[in-house]
Amino acid sequence: MTLNSKAPEGPLAEKWDKHKFNVKLVNPANKRKYDVIVVGTGLAGASAAASLAELGYNVKAFTYHDSPRRAHSIAAQGGINAAKNYQNDGDSVFRLFYDTIKGGDYRAREANVYRLAQVSVNIIDQCVAQGVPFAREYGGLLANRSFGGAQVSRTFYARGQTGQQLLLGAYSALSRQIAYGKVKMYTRSEMLDVVVVDGHARGIVTRNLITGETQTHAAHAVVLATGGYGNVFYLSTNAMYCNVTAPWRAHKKGAFFANPCFTQIHPTCIPVSGDYQSKLTLMSESLRNDGRVWVPKTKEMAERVRKGEVKPQDIQEDDRDYFLERKYPAFGNLVPRDVASRNAKMMCDEGRGVGSSGLAVYLDFADVIKRTSAEAVSQKYGNLFEMYEKITDENPYQMPMRIYPAVHYTMGGLWVDYNLQTTIPGLYATGECNFSDHGANRLGASALMQGLADGYFVIPYTIGDYLANTPPKPVTTDHPAFAEAKAGVQARVEQLLSIKGNRTPDEFHKALGHLMWEYCGMARNAEGLKYAKAEIAKLRKEFWQDVKVVGTGEEMNQALEKAGRVADFIELGELMVDDALNRNESCGGHFREEYATEDGEAKRDDENYAYVAAWEYMGENQPERLNKEELVFENVKLTQRSYK
Amino acid sequence: MAGSNPNAKPMNLTLKVWRQPNRQTEGRIVDYQVKGISPDMSFLEMLDVLNEDLLHSGQDPVAFDHDCREGICGSCDLFINGRSHGPEKGTTTCQLHMRKFSDGDTITIEPWRANAFPVNKDLSVDRSAFDRIIQAGGYVSVNTGGAPDGNEIPIPKEIADRAFEAATCIGCGACVAACKNASAMLFVSAKVSQLALLPQGQVEAKTRVENMVAQMDIEGFGACSNIGSCAAECPVGISLENIAILNREFLTAKATSNHLA
Repeated sequence: MTLNSKAPEGPLAEKWDKHKFNVKLVNPANKRKYDVIVVGTGLAGASAAASLAELGYNVKAFTYHDSPRRAHSIAAQGGINAAKNYQNDGDSVFRLFYDTIKGGDYRAREANVYRLAQVSVNIIDQCVAQGVPFAREYGGLLANRSFGGAQVSRTFYARGQTGQQLLLGAYSALSRQIAYGKVKMYTRSEMLDVVVVDGHARGIVTRNLITGETQTHAAHAVVLATGGYGNVFYLSTNAMYCNVTAPWRAHKKGAFFANPCFTQIHPTCIPVSGDYQSKLTLMSESLRNDGRVWVPKTKEMAERVRKGEVKPQDIQEDDRDYFLERKYPAFGNLVPRDVASRNAKMMCDEGRGVGSSGLAVYLDFADVIKRTSAEAVSQKYGNLFEMYEKITDENPYQMPMRIYPAVHYTMGGLWVDYNLQTTIPGLYATGECNFSDHGANRLGASALMQGLADGYFVIPYTIGDYLANTPPKPVTTDHPAFAEAKAGVQARVEQLLSIKGNRTPDEFHKALGHLMWEYCGMARNAEGLKYAKAEIAKLRKEFWQDVKVVGTGEEMNQALEKAGRVADFIELGELMVDDALNRNESCGGHFREEYATEDGEAKRDDENYAYVAAWEYMGENQPERLNKEELVFENVKLTQRSYK
Repeated sequence: MAGSNPNAKPMNLTLKVWRQPNRQTEGRIVDYQVKGISPDMSFLEMLDVLNEDLLHSGQDPVAFDHDCREGICGSCDLFINGRSHGPEKGTTTCQLHMRKFSDGDTITIEPWRANAFPVNKDLSVDRSAFDRIIQAGGYVSVNTGGAPDGNEIPIPKEIADRAFEAATCIGCGACVAACKNASAMLFVSAKVSQLALLPQGQVEAKTRVENMVAQMDIEGFGACSNIGSCAAECPVGISLENIAILNREFLTAKATSNHLA
């Protein structure tokens, strides 16, 4: 199948304006005749639900949380990019576009990324108007900082809690529409299937997580804003509930899944401390602005540090290797995430890692504290330092932090066209749930930007184009497709409860995560991927024979919820491995050991792999079919990324 | 492994946990033993150990709310040994680590206790009352689009910083659980102050405070008696000063607004 991105023709800078003019409008009096379902209430979902309701559509919003204020967007620390050029340092829409395309290692669609850069400036204005308390200078104007991978200061922030403040802004806009009755909010409701009627998405099936009741909901269009699938690795910086179930259910109903192997490993996370570990905690990338990354110069010294014979702060300058500064003098500690992560892994593989496990490198603030003061550092990073100390019981003002890469974000997701519509008409995907804007690697402070761009400024325009072509007749759940989808969901719940095996959902999840991290993580090779593929298939079989869930489906049952999510993660894991195996090149977060330059950097193959791999579900136990969207670059020249 | 005290030994603990199948059924405290708990575990990881044990032995795991496990989403809400989020100051349950406890300890774990927060199951409560208070006015009425340039509204840094401090409330409900009256004043005041301090919020300041306070009363939260246990137990350090601001805002609104209610 040829995938049509529907990206408008014409000069890059005019595409979005032209498209906005060309899309059909829904008559204001008719908007109230359309119902739209929005699943997920993070940045992408809450902003979409609020904005669509403001336009006059009837919105039904769903979250599995107890409140629409809890989505994992809230945990984003560092900031949000916008091409405001408030700092007079040479930023522009084109530069933000260029940085994002290059940072994504030329695997994103030009038109989408340019639009993202264009609307970035509106996001800041909108959030300020909502009362989001961004950091400010003494003169009262907005402050900026530079952030991983960028050489201009374009990142807006609210101390280390930018995601929280932006989400609370979107939540407040959503709350206002709930109060007006334009949004009906369903909390503690997990979407377990999408309902397709005559080829169009017309509703969803949900399970009420308190009562266990299965419900169907109809609408003229459905927007999935359900986040990323990083928890396929078990340990990640994602929140515990983050899962792939909503997009995966949509995938099995016909929505293509694009670039699933593109996952981002964030370089600065607190290292794993033991087997009981339930999740990993990110230390904001902004710390790399002032912290210096290093390991001991020799294996011997690293060994002594690991044994506790030498304290890191006592190691002489000459015995330290500031490896990012040494290898990438132009960008130093601010190289993009994939480069920073891979280098940390390389140091540990060489035996120069620190911490008791040897799987950590130092992030040192001694210099900046000496240059400024501990107070100044606390002003900027106080809450992060506190969080670090709470978790590790070590004081980062006195000794360097130990950090190690961890899964953080997934660039892959449901394939969408320029309108953010999936391959199922009427089904849209926004935010991390789609694949669209970050290519093979996401730049820091761009996730918040994309979530809000999609929700506030893209979907309100593009969904109208679809709805204008849909008759404004009421939709109901009477069609047999609803009953059928509902019965499917209920049967699956019953099946999970009936197995009564010996292994808990968490045990299966851990086993899957181990396979994914070892063979489809920071570095991958064909042999390992083939092994993982066979092992995951085995695990899937075992899951359906041996998973253990107690209780019933008619009550709050967290193990049952978990089991359903793990089952979907296992299937996704197989597809990720297929995708990684198919892509015989290294790009961004996808590093295939067979495809590297002599000095160990990722080696792209633009001739053969400058495409989006969009996978099509072909039925139970059938290999998925690969569809390609060729990426055309008219405005940037493809170069090997160099941060030296 | 990771902590500063490599000699810390695994701990055995007795847990007294509130079990309640659903809102309609009465609950009770049930005793459990957990063994081999590492001091570097978080409190919720310790509960994960308990739940895996329960599941393996065919018993219903303990339901509790949690998500980010980074202290920011506000989902976790345990009342530990009689204190909101347990013994460590300025810390959510998910960021509380077992090194704050000792081998052989008995730990009592209950849900938030407040009429406005009915129990869903075990340790999980319904905090939707907080959402309804925000829906009553905890926003600035601006539609998407049409906002002026972000720098057209200069805000003194000091004001912006104070607004930020108030805005960091995570909506967990620890303040309500800590209060002998189960008052929601600290929660409401944090949002009221944030928006009253900022020029963007001042346009609707009067109706906002009246409507939010009215909703707070409808939800059945208790009155404030200025003891301050809310602020003392708040995991993100929301200051009691916000309640003073709320009172001032409320009285000003009552005296001068057109709201006759």
